[in-house]
Amino acid sequence: MEILVASAIGILTAGGLYLMLRLRTFPVILGMSLLTYAVNVFLFASGRLTVGAPPILRDGVTVYTDPLPQALVLTAIVISFGMTAVVVMIALGAFLGSDDDHVDDRPDGADRQPGGRS
Amino acid sequence: MSHWIIALIVLPAMLAPFIVLAARYHIRIQRTFSLAGVLALIAIAASLAWQVSDGSIVLYRLSDWAAPFGIVLVGDRLSTMMVLLTVVLALFVLLYAIGSGWDNRGRHFHALFQFQLMGLLGAFLTGDLFNLFVFFEVLLIASYGLMIHAGGNVRLRAGVQYVLFNLIGSTLFLFALGSIYAETGTLNMADLANRVAMIGPEDSVGIRVASVLLLLVFAIKAAVVPLHFWLPSSYAEAPGPVGALFAIMTKVGAYAIIRVYTLIFPPDLEVTAGLHEVWLLPAALVSLTLGMAGVLAARRLDRLVAFSIIGSMGMVMVAIALFTPSGIAAALYYIVHSTLAGAVLFLISDLVRSGRGNVELTAQPPMAGISLTAGLFFVGAIAMAGLPPLSGFLGKLLVLDSAYGTDLVVWIWAVVLISSLVSLLGFARAGSILFWKPHSLSDPADTEQMLRPATLSYVATGGLVALLVAHTVFAGQVHGYTTRVAAQLFAPGPYIATVLDTPGKLSTPKEDH
Repeated sequence: MEILVASAIGILTAGGLYLMLRLRTFPVILGMSLLTYAVNVFLFASGRLTVGAPPILRDGVTVYTDPLPQALVLTAIVISFGMTAVVVMIALGAFLGSDDDHVDDRPDGADRQPGGRS
Repeated sequence: MSHWIIALIVLPAMLAPFIVLAARYHIRIQRTFSLAGVLALIAIAASLAWQVSDGSIVLYRLSDWAAPFGIVLVGDRLSTMMVLLTVVLALFVLLYAIGSGWDNRGRHFHALFQFQLMGLLGAFLTGDLFNLFVFFEVLLIASYGLMIHAGGNVRLRAGVQYVLFNLIGSTLFLFALGSIYAETGTLNMADLANRVAMIGPEDSVGIRVASVLLLLVFAIKAAVVPLHFWLPSSYAEAPGPVGALFAIMTKVGAYAIIRVYTLIFPPDLEVTAGLHEVWLLPAALVSLTLGMAGVLAARRLDRLVAFSIIGSMGMVMVAIALFTPSGIAAALYYIVHSTLAGAVLFLISDLVRSGRGNVELTAQPPMAGISLTAGLFFVGAIAMAGLPPLSGFLGKLLVLDSAYGTDLVVWIWAVVLISSLVSLLGFARAGSILFWKPHSLSDPADTEQMLRPATLSYVATGGLVALLVAHTVFAGQVHGYTTRVAAQLFAPGPYIATVLDTPGKLSTPKEDH
């Protein structure tokens, strides 16, 4: 199971990184989401992988899974969900405003950019 | 247990939704409550800073749960000093935003401003790495809103870059937290300090990865080259007062580096040895060079100021990367200076914009209110470039002094001095183009008359300048205090003991129902 989870995290991260290096906002946001999925699974695995063990105290149970990463993951999921929504809205606004969805500063200086590239 | 420390987080957290829900269409009520909130925060922060100035540590346990299990807020000299700096800066920025009318050019400025303050103050006060992440997100999500306040295509485009870059930073932060938790089983900073010290050199792979990842995350926040690419366009395109408030945001990264790498991964710790001198110090020197070169190369005033922020962060990081008590003390002195100077310059950039309609560094007919703006720019530029009468010079001197005797002293002195000269040239060039050349232009009659910026804008900017002067006049006292801050940071025993040994729920078996 460890190899399965580890490779899932690795593949998600690789795919996310590849997409984030694209030039247009849509693939970049997709890559962002893949990366946040990867980090959520990673956080979940940081409390060690146990199968079928309860996270909270119960009678007659000796093996528990760590409950804290689950709480952390929950927070991380909520935050990444909200952040993705925000970035989609801002990117949509930028795209609708300038009819262009590149994430970099345009070299041709179509809009007011005499300050050059950052 | 006094509850005042959490008021610093709860008060803006309550004010912001109140402003959105109850005072949505009444800009006067929004302004009143926002201003009253910031004034209350200043009072609380000042009394808290006074309380811990004798070296004691204020601990606040939420719901009274004992330390490694519950969430804690910790106020020591460093965090209360940063909190006080933040709220004082916020007051002047808010006055400027009200005076210039920026807060009325879009929706929800004051609510976002309060949320931003909540995130900043929480990040300074938390004693838990995961909450540091949460407060980073709070301050970032508020800053996304503030950055694109009043809209516009260019601003939105810069906003997308800013948001995406910071989302990558947040994801990295989570990876770092995951590896730390997997290695140590805790995220409480004081508890981590104990546990990381117990890790032997043979199983240090995970913790090494985690410490480098954390350093990367904080370096993104602090805009250390090569992770600075988000800063120039986003700070330059943000509204003037927002850019001024953002001057404290890079310092959150510097604060986090100081906190984590003195408490959890102290410089004498074997597993992370070499991180500072091999990686951080050269990167800081490069940021200093690049930032000041950017000041000389910029063709717009707002970009110039953004690059001067990168340069001054480079200076701060040089002092931090020494990781000696005198280096940290110099860095803290310089942090206060560079926050105030950066904010002043951003506000002046906005004064120029409202005086003549743009911030291109080209000779144009005299702007409205040129004499006052020019005077303020003169003082701000002297401070930022580090010329003698003002605190930039003293801060630079302290950094040079603390670098004396280290291995890289030649490099540090050379880079600091040459980059000062370059930035001096950059500011002199910008100032003469903006404020001197216009008088030689013959015919100013054919341009439309711009209105002089509001008096309150000048009062706010002048107030920050007055603080800079005070920072210079009381340099001895301030540096004495930052020296005591550094001494406390390098003797973390009382901090750890206060956080872990103060009894609370769950701390001893007999108190456990």
